[in-house]
Amino acid sequence: MAALLAIGIGLLTATGAYLVLRARAFAVILGLTLLSYAVNLFIFVMGRVAIDRVPIVRPGLETTVQSYSDPLPQALVLTAIVISFALTAVLLVIAVRAHAQSRSDHVDGGAP
Amino acid sequence: MNWVLQQLPILPIVIPLCAGALLVLLGGRSPRLANLLAFAALAATFACALALVLRADEGGVLAYRLGNWAPPYGIALAVDRLGGLMLMVVSVVALACQLAAGDREMPRRPLFAALLQFQVMGLNGAFLTTDLFNLFVFFEVLLIASYALLLQGNGREAVRASLHYVVINLIGSALFLLAVSLLYGVLGTLNLADLSQRIAQVAASDRALVTSAVLLLVVVFGIKSALLPLGFWLPRTYRAASMPVAAMFAVMTKVGVYSLLRLTVLLPAADASDDASALAMTVRQLLLWGGVATLLFGALLVLAARDLRALTCALVASSAGTLLLLLGVGTPATLQAVLLYLPHTTFATAAMFLITGLVVGVRGAEAADQLIASAGTERRALLGTAFAAAAVSLAGLPPLSGFVAKLFVLDSTRDAGEWGWIWAAVLAGSLAALVALARAGSVLFWKPAAGTTPDESRHHGPGVAAAPSSAPASIGTITGLAWLLSCGLVIAVAATPIARFADHAARELTDPRLYVESVLPAAEARP
Repeated sequence: MAALLAIGIGLLTATGAYLVLRARAFAVILGLTLLSYAVNLFIFVMGRVAIDRVPIVRPGLETTVQSYSDPLPQALVLTAIVISFALTAVLLVIAVRAHAQSRSDHVDGGAP
Repeated sequence: MNWVLQQLPILPIVIPLCAGALLVLLGGRSPRLANLLAFAALAATFACALALVLRADEGGVLAYRLGNWAPPYGIALAVDRLGGLMLMVVSVVALACQLAAGDREMPRRPLFAALLQFQVMGLNGAFLTTDLFNLFVFFEVLLIASYALLLQGNGREAVRASLHYVVINLIGSALFLLAVSLLYGVLGTLNLADLSQRIAQVAASDRALVTSAVLLLVVVFGIKSALLPLGFWLPRTYRAASMPVAAMFAVMTKVGVYSLLRLTVLLPAADASDDASALAMTVRQLLLWGGVATLLFGALLVLAARDLRALTCALVASSAGTLLLLLGVGTPATLQAVLLYLPHTTFATAAMFLITGLVVGVRGAEAADQLIASAGTERRALLGTAFAAAAVSLAGLPPLSGFVAKLFVLDSTRDAGEWGWIWAAVLAGSLAALVALARAGSVLFWKPAAGTTPDESRHHGPGVAAAPSSAPASIGTITGLAWLLSCGLVIAVAATPIARFADHAARELTDPRLYVESVLPAAEARP
């Protein structure tokens, strides 16, 4: 399970990094989105992978780390998702405006 | 009254937040009222910052638990001398920015004031919080506000610069999140005070993870503070912004410097175990040589500048380099120099950006702020004087604040092993600034203007020539400029008490026990 997640995160990061280094705004935005997916998964995994455990204290369940999953990374990941989603929207607006100005998708506003 | 005093640390966040929300609701309906509201909010923030500085100067760290949740489970705000000083710097520059933008920008851009308030809120939050993830959130708040402020700049150029700026900051945010979650995964906490304790005791098998997380944080804060290989976004971004916004952005690089400062002092000191102090040494060396490189690169940019705004952007970069190399040395004396140099350089560069705006105003869009002779600036004695004051301050000449600050910078690095490099870089940077500013000043204010012979201007007589030719100089910008310059003057005049304050602050920082104890009251009781 952990290995699968690690491979997934690695693939997302690698693809994201490759796309971010492209010269087209569209590819860069796509790359940033993939990077943020990778980061979100990473945060989530940092709370340790656990199956069938609750994050909120439940009566009758022994209060040890073994019986619960860590709620904090889940809260962090929610915040991170919201922020990266909003910023992708902002970036899209800017990219569309840049495209309208220069009729080119190049990040420098036209190939040099 | 007592209750208000207790709530004081949260006010620098709450006041701009409420004012910003009100300003959004107000929209463009009444620019006059909006202007007044924005100014009042910033003045109130300034008053709070002043009160917090005075409170912090009595000694001790003022901790504020949000929702009264005990750290490390809840998030706490903390004000020490460093935090108080940064709050002051932000509110001083924000006041000047609001004054400068008030009469020119506000009617055209109704949401400008609201965005400025959100920017101030993000900055203040970043300087107050003790939680790493909360720091990330406040970084995003101030960045989102800065994206919008930047887009209000000079048309085409602003859009293109924003694209680069947003992309590089989003990459920075991704790295920040990686580092934060890695630290949480290994150490199980995000509270800065708690982190500093646990980094020292981390198991040897996890050491590599902690090292990579801390170095990732250095990269992230390096992007914000324009550390050399990461700082190429700065000149382009700042020159695309409108000048009052660029003045506000002069504070933005200082957020990175502030975060690096907090990070370096919370890392285990040399007396901890070998591996832990090796990490601190690596970070210091990176900052030192990165700072030297940034300073020299900034000096080259200063000499290459072809207009006043490029010159000022280059000065922002080289001042960031100076601050970073001081952090790299990291003794109490250099931290004292950081705390003196930082407000000085922020005020002086912000003033220079406002002067650029005024120069563009009097010379028209044709010549703008390019360093070529053109009509408009003759007989602008006041503008010339303001330029001279800011330039003298930036070049580090006596008697203004730059001289005092540079003196402390040089004096504090005297005992460092690399003092030869540091002195050479700092003095070369000053020389470059001096040459470039002298050249800029003589071209802008002394060269006979192209198109008007001396005869002509004599015929007009003082009465006619004094009448504004193009756009009337903005009263707000002049007031803001005067405010910034007089704050710079305060640093020079009150150098002794400020240096004493900075000295106490530096000692407070190099002994993080106080910070840890007041943020984590139960630190001793915990296993």
